Amino acid sequence: MHELAVTESILQIAEKHAHQANASKVTDIFLVIGNLSSIVDDSVVFYWEMISKGTVCEDSVIHFNRLPATLYCLVCDHTFEIPGELIPCPNCGSYQLKIQSGEEFFLESIEIER
Amino acid sequence: MATEKVQVVEKILDANDQVASQTQTLLTGSGVFSINIMASPGAGKTSVILKTIEKLSGKMRIGVIEGDTAPVTIDADKVMAMGMPAVQINTGGQCHLDAMMIDRALKHIDYKALDLIIVENVGNLICPAAFKIGTHANVVISSVPEGDDKPYKYTNIYRGIDVLLINKIDLLPYLDFRMDYFQQGVEILNPGLTTFKVSCKTEEGFDQWIHWLSQQVDEFKNRIHA
Repeated sequence: MHELAVTESILQIAEKHAHQANASKVTDIFLVIGNLSSIVDDSVVFYWEMISKGTVCEDSVIHFNRLPATLYCLVCDHTFEIPGELIPCPNCGSYQLKIQSGEEFFLESIEIER
Repeated sequence: MATEKVQVVEKILDANDQVASQTQTLLTGSGVFSINIMASPGAGKTSVILKTIEKLSGKMRIGVIEGDTAPVTIDADKVMAMGMPAVQINTGGQCHLDAMMIDRALKHIDYKALDLIIVENVGNLICPAAFKIGTHANVVISSVPEGDDKPYKYTNIYRGIDVLLINKIDLLPYLDFRMDYFQQGVEILNPGLTTFKVSCKTEEGFDQWIHWLSQQVDEFKNRIHA
């Protein structure tokens, strides 16, 4: 449950960029989060409504672009998606795997009014 | 009113990472090597730290930063009882240490007089993985009673660490812990990870861990004095 700390960071970044762009209001926040990041979207939204009150981000909507966690099998060259928990290669059963994606964790853009 | 898109592309925990990076620069400049110990509650973090201090006493000056979610000083007291300086951080319920907490803790310890700082993170396998704190090496302690499936369920904690201690191996005869299965999971997440199988009770494997740690401190000192 580190969502509060994460949500506070999102607010800081959004406020900084809103200020730089002379925004009067932020309407939308776009996040990109890989499925290997242990973050619960609903908790972020819950905290967001609380901590964005009275800021330039009040009433803005957070959008989560969730990217799949994919593994590559070193034995049979198969690439597959995992639910977050590690599983062996569904094609050949091997555990000789390499993580390809799923660790993304950034604020991509904000939408503002001037 | 028309809205306008502003590109940001900033890592969400960038502010934390920047403070962590400053902390590492500060410690490096002072010639202090630092490690961050992460594990579940009860994996033996404090026991490993106390045993490590015991083995290294007289050889190097060690300080400990203790993270706990509750206002207790149990762990720090144990360290100080061994004659080493310790700072207790109470996170006030927060499930992990972050870079700002370490930055503040360093104001309460004479780190310049030390060779090694050991940070004991809050007992948790999820949150500490997300927050860099600026240490030179990250350590995870997994104890065998926790079960052999942990790398499959808590993937992030095993990523980006430098060394793994598998603790309480004296209990292996009483458990169904499949070492191969456990290590297979770790290998996917962190190929070739340096791993020591240890027991604080019997001291099995401890010499290897102490050797590794001493070597890291020596190599670090040689690098900064080069």
